[in-house]
Amino acid sequence: MADQRDEQAPSIHLREPDDLDVEAPTLSTDLVPIPAPEPEGDDSELRRGDVDAWGRSERLREIARTVYDPLYRHWFRVEWEGLENVPREGGALMVANHAAAIPSDAPVIMHGIEKELERPVYGLAENLLRALPVVGTLWSRFGGVPAHPENAYRLLHDDQQLVLVFPEGTKGTGKLYRDRYKLNRFGRGGFVEIAMRSGVPVVPIAVVGAEESMPIVWKSPQLAKLLNIPYFPVTANMLMFGPAGLMLYFPAKFKLRVLPPVHFDVPPNQERYSRGRVVDEAEQIREQIQHALYDMLRSRRSVWSG
Amino acid sequence: MRVLVTGLGTFWGSRLAQELEQRKDVEVIVGVDTTEPVVPLERTEFVRIDSSYSILQRIVHATEVDTILHTHMIVDSTKVTGRSMHEINVIGTMNLLAAAGTPGSPVRKIVVKSSTLVYGSNFQDPYFFREDSTRTRGPQTRIERSLLDSESFVRDFTEDNPHVLVTMLRFSNVLGDDMDTPFAQALRTPVAPEVFGFDPRLQFTHEDDVVNALMYATTHDVPGIYNVAGDGVVTWSEVCRIIGRPRIPLPPVLTNLAAEPLRLGRLFELPPEMLALLRYGRGVDNSRFKRTGFRYNYSTVGAVDAFARSLRLERAVGSSRPAYRYERDAETFFRHSPAVVREHG
Repeated sequence: MADQRDEQAPSIHLREPDDLDVEAPTLSTDLVPIPAPEPEGDDSELRRGDVDAWGRSERLREIARTVYDPLYRHWFRVEWEGLENVPREGGALMVANHAAAIPSDAPVIMHGIEKELERPVYGLAENLLRALPVVGTLWSRFGGVPAHPENAYRLLHDDQQLVLVFPEGTKGTGKLYRDRYKLNRFGRGGFVEIAMRSGVPVVPIAVVGAEESMPIVWKSPQLAKLLNIPYFPVTANMLMFGPAGLMLYFPAKFKLRVLPPVHFDVPPNQERYSRGRVVDEAEQIREQIQHALYDMLRSRRSVWSG
Repeated sequence: MRVLVTGLGTFWGSRLAQELEQRKDVEVIVGVDTTEPVVPLERTEFVRIDSSYSILQRIVHATEVDTILHTHMIVDSTKVTGRSMHEINVIGTMNLLAAAGTPGSPVRKIVVKSSTLVYGSNFQDPYFFREDSTRTRGPQTRIERSLLDSESFVRDFTEDNPHVLVTMLRFSNVLGDDMDTPFAQALRTPVAPEVFGFDPRLQFTHEDDVVNALMYATTHDVPGIYNVAGDGVVTWSEVCRIIGRPRIPLPPVLTNLAAEPLRLGRLFELPPEMLALLRYGRGVDNSRFKRTGFRYNYSTVGAVDAFARSLRLERAVGSSRPAYRYERDAETFFRHSPAVVREHG
């Protein structure tokens, strides 16, 4: 099925035979094999150590889970509903609202799903972190993957993994506290297109609590521009704890609601999908999450105790 | 089949000529280069030409070769100056294709050896470049620029000459017994360099698989662009663990500057494109070539294992490769003198 995509590859390709999938080569069948030493034992293995093809290390993930678990349980006191909506097997693209100056939602979702479902989660992020020494390597070992459409397609379609993405991107995390729980535009709906192409459902997740864990009270566009970062925030945490506020989240109560998976009734592996349909689906998913958020906020009595 | 091999004086050109000599259906092998062959050859005709291939057109017409194996692409910037790299990769390829594309040219197939260097190495990259993926930023080094230029000539040629089958193979970093690359050199040194805080995903192709792949493209009709890299990926720390080398960290900022003393001290070669790889690494999707029927002998980890074994042998007995020097008079004598008794006429 991946082959189908290949056939429609754009201009960079050289001219090709009509059908590449034909296993038998056309000209000569008696290729003289070059005497290579017999593959010795483990020569065919695809990896050594526990870092997978995506740079994720299950060993480091395990350590991270152990360290993070107290925070997850006692600080954020995370509660899930609708976890049964996350597929136990097969690829799925999880889509959530994004908040907090240093996003606290991604670790919560990844930790929760991995604990509850015992499936790895790969988090897509257009992340400048990867360019930083140590931090970038750890980010990748903990399951972070650069948000490139080809990465998403491969993870979802070829590897059938669970992938987490925040379509609001930095517009979500960089919004001021007064705009909390108001979802931004979901990009250009790229996530819907990738799910369609990969033939996997989108699983919307509404997250309550992240907004209050590190709210932004003021932003400096000039400093952000100077430092070449998406936003330069002053958070309530900084005002209260000083520099430690960069690390310290407020103990907001986290509640997450997983909505029923959205299946798209389209054939996978198409070169492109109707733009109108993609934008429309993306907007519907955005509205679903928005409604779920309002619903959850209606029944929330306190930011701290839920 | 009548074959012309460029870069006969290089490792790849020589290895391929040796393989071609084994095949009965290859009638004629003509090898061109600026330098002499590095391995003994039985029936390959060597022609010394200048690096820009200006007399190639005459050779092509005179020998009526139908297949050109263009192996003379510099992919290791430490071996030549920037100027001759441009001369060989860009001007050489341009003249080669011009010679192959003249009216009445007998050439029907061209196989080009390119490199996955054309994808670059950047933190926003996809983890597995497909043949039609685009770079996430412009070329950063001279070698990348020269390879991209040569590739664009190949593409133009393919469009202009629909009757010629063109295969372009993009190879990942190569390891093997005889191949001398910056990575091989770094792993031969008692300590291996790394960029502090980075542990990139890399892919390696064993040198035998490189020869196999080029031979496969020569003997089969597989037009198009293909990535060639051993299955799977391996992190640089794992490579160093397999080979048994401690790592010496280079600073993550001003890395190029910090590498300079190591280069001057001849400790490491560390070209800029390798420093980029030691930071962000690179992976390519190799499934397309496999779908044409090609089979690898080594995975990426397998190539590293094989290299570790060959290093152990090297440590024990020194280079296991016999010394060879090309003697023009002797070669001409053996090939053409009536005094030599030849079995196959």
